[in-house]
Amino acid sequence: MTKIGLEIHCQLTKLESKLFCSCKANYRQYEPNTNVCPICMGLPGTLPRINQKAIEKATTIAMALNCSTPDHIAFFRKNYFYPDLPKNFQITQLNIYGETSIGGSGMIMVGDKKIRITRIQLEEDPGRLIYEGSSSKNQITLVDYNRAGTPLVEIVTEPDFENPKQVRDFLNILSDLLENLDVSDPGLEGAMRADANVSIEGGNKVEIKNIGSFHDLEKAVHFEITRQESLHSRAIPIAQETRHWDDKRKITISSRSKEEELDYRYFLEGDIPWVEISKDLQEKLKAEMPESISSKKERYISKYNIPEQVANVLSSDKFYSDLFDSSHTEKNAKEIANIITTDLMGLVDTTEKRNESKLEPTHLQDLADSIVSGKLTRTNAKNALYEIVKTGKNLSQIISELDLGNVSDENELIKIIDQVISEEPQAVEQAKSNPQTINFLVGKVMQKTKGKADPKLTLELLQKKIS
Amino acid sequence: MNLKISALEYVEEVKNGNLSAEDFVSETIDRIKNVDEKLHAFLQVNSKAIEQASQIDKKIKSGDKVGSCFGMPISIKDNICIKHSKTTCASKMLEKFVAPYDATVISRLKEQDAVFVGKANMDEFAMGLTTEFSAYGPSRNPWNTDYVPGGSSGGSAVSVSAFECVASLGSDTGGSVRNPASFCSTVGYKPTYGLISRFGLISYANSIEQIGPVTRTVKDTAFLLNIISGLDSHDNTTIDNTGQDYLADIDSGIEGKKIGIIQEMAGEGTDPEVRSATNDAVSKLEGLGATCEDASIDMVKYSVAAYYTITATEAGSNLARYDNLRYGYDFPVEGFEFNSYISKARTKFGPEVIRRMILGGFVPSAGHAGKYFLKALKVKSKLTKEIHEAFKKYDYLVAPTVPVLPFKIGEKIDDPIALFLVDFNTVMSNLTGIPSISVPFTISKGLPIGIQLMANNNEDKSLLRSARALESTVKLPEVPI
Ligand SMILES: [Zn+2]
Repeated sequence: MTKIGLEIHCQLTKLESKLFCSCKANYRQYEPNTNVCPICMGLPGTLPRINQKAIEKATTIAMALNCSTPDHIAFFRKNYFYPDLPKNFQITQLNIYGETSIGGSGMIMVGDKKIRITRIQLEEDPGRLIYEGSSSKNQITLVDYNRAGTPLVEIVTEPDFENPKQVRDFLNILSDLLENLDVSDPGLEGAMRADANVSIEGGNKVEIKNIGSFHDLEKAVHFEITRQESLHSRAIPIAQETRHWDDKRKITISSRSKEEELDYRYFLEGDIPWVEISKDLQEKLKAEMPESISSKKERYISKYNIPEQVANVLSSDKFYSDLFDSSHTEKNAKEIANIITTDLMGLVDTTEKRNESKLEPTHLQDLADSIVSGKLTRTNAKNALYEIVKTGKNLSQIISELDLGNVSDENELIKIIDQVISEEPQAVEQAKSNPQTINFLVGKVMQKTKGKADPKLTLELLQKKIS
Repeated sequence: MNLKISALEYVEEVKNGNLSAEDFVSETIDRIKNVDEKLHAFLQVNSKAIEQASQIDKKIKSGDKVGSCFGMPISIKDNICIKHSKTTCASKMLEKFVAPYDATVISRLKEQDAVFVGKANMDEFAMGLTTEFSAYGPSRNPWNTDYVPGGSSGGSAVSVSAFECVASLGSDTGGSVRNPASFCSTVGYKPTYGLISRFGLISYANSIEQIGPVTRTVKDTAFLLNIISGLDSHDNTTIDNTGQDYLADIDSGIEGKKIGIIQEMAGEGTDPEVRSATNDAVSKLEGLGATCEDASIDMVKYSVAAYYTITATEAGSNLARYDNLRYGYDFPVEGFEFNSYISKARTKFGPEVIRRMILGGFVPSAGHAGKYFLKALKVKSKLTKEIHEAFKKYDYLVAPTVPVLPFKIGEKIDDPIALFLVDFNTVMSNLTGIPSISVPFTISKGLPIGIQLMANNNEDKSLLRSARALESTVKLPEVPI
């Protein structure tokens, strides 16, 4: 049987500051080496200052993954030389001397499959290395320490996955969960990274390191299974080794470095005394935890009678569910759910678009009301939504500026209907004998009003005129 | 002008208008010019010290609020960061390192208008107990310049002992304040772990070391402790001591107190002169109304081994950051593969530092940790338990600070094992976190002997009281330089 285990590194991008200093946790907008201070640069004499918020957010993640949460946690030093490590050791967590990491064993359901979580640990992200130069001879390595010290949560699973699809389903659930907890934005570049270990029936365990995104993680696992199966089918033994994911060529490559032989000489970080996470604090964090995705879904279905598929889409995306929960009323819930899951989704499908969107909950209420009352056709509602997202103007202004409103004034409609009747005598006759064909005349009215005629009212008036 | 006054006397004189800070500091700088060529207590002298003192005089004259140090000249061990000044740890690795911030102890002293006259010499990265391992040459003992001043805070003790400043700050990882204090006949104090912020102290073995004052009198130590101790948001390990006044009641004596004489620290390896000084000290303590009896701390016999194992492990990690990529000395990075770069860039460490880092790479490594590092941690925790048991019975423990008399420069430098044993009586306090203090007690064959008193964790105030009591029984000759 194929066995796959994962180690997911997730930056807590929603935090204000780094794990041990007050530099920004979200370093992405800074020039290289400007989001740094003596602490995260590892200057002599500096000491780490623990970010309490990071401890709380990481504990919340552990709780959401049903992990045990110890009363006291400890930090350890992982010692190795690397240019992206300002201190040449990383402050991380470990469970070899008892359960001292921020989360102990837990589990999460992926469909009917139970995935066990081994542990969750809180640690600092290293800096970033940038390689320049074409050949190995003139290659230079640049170091940017802006990222160094960013709070990182490592989620380690048991080798419970049997195929890449389960991996993908798990990653989808996990990134929705992290987003819903408001701890991380999985869409940010480099916010989610992973290592995986893969073994097929009768083969050794192979570790794949350095996978830069969830998207590539599934690919890497798939590639590795195929590679191992192909070796196996030719009776070539699968070596126990560490491989790297090459994200340009989308293959795994055997690591020449002796990384697996590194001895990290772990020991307790004396500069950070054991941190207490009291029962009171744990209770408080539990109480403050956002509503889970499954509970939202349940609520949408039972309370508003929203179809399961729509409820699924709505609840699993925090951006959508927040919008929905702040705009819907008992009456228009279904309509708003529809607008979000059919029309809005295409307009805000990236983080940038979401950040730029000018849409407010009141816009959605106005839109839903206008559709229900027949003031706007669905097509025109969609056009109006596009304008709202772009400009943030209110709906009535957009309707008048773009001339989107329905012609629902009876007198005006009657004038147009009279015109159509006089132009289409044949069709009128036909409609008299065969009422089904009246739709042709409705279509003509629509043509003349550029789609703005209230269809229900038009039909009523036509029927009255002809009979 | 009389430079041979205590810190408290200095404060009184300036406060009463009998002395100007500028005159005193300028006289001190002259003294440094005269004697330091011989003693080498300083790695660097503050060229702005006199100017800074005159600014403080102006404040005093104009009636502005003045900090409690009144321009007092203080020397600072060169592993404590002063903003915009070089902090080298007496190493060539940090030859060009200019600290961009003040250590917490420095900013607290600045607030109280202290003047830093210079950076004191030390063993490289505080690894040593003679100051011979300074990359910039040894300091010399002012009582006899052929002799070592002790270490690693040798420069601090020499500068206080030879009147090159009024007081000093050193750091104590295994005796590095108390040992040179004993060898130079000054007071040297290691507080309870966490009482003084380590922010800005360049780490050697961070889980056990503390900054500590080196002064002429016990009261001066209490005076400095009032300024520099207490909670600091920059150091997670600091203790809240709000409301403690270490000077208050310091003269109230030790009548009725129980004192244990640690047998393991005054045994066979102890120099007879030191042993007889210890016996004298015990009689003096009894004369003050305390009861003294023999005490045994069995784990002491493993403490030096545990100490070197733990400090080497932490040093290996703490000193790993010196890869010269972000600061250090001039060395071009380009053209190297990373591993060969690292080994090239790190060749400026001296032999003792390299010895301990090699040890630090070995003792916690996979396959060896159980035999060395983890065993050392076990000794540490057993020793701590034993010490806490002892303090159920005794108010204080007493022992010679160093089991031997000061020795000649060069005498033991090639014998690391002999050197390690010099630490025998001091490392216990670091491993267990308890406060201890070395009080100058006598001069034998022209060389100083100090007596060490120890108290339970957080009993610093009580410990200073006992040290003050012992000090009051002693009259010592003046340093011959
Ligand atoms: Zn920083």
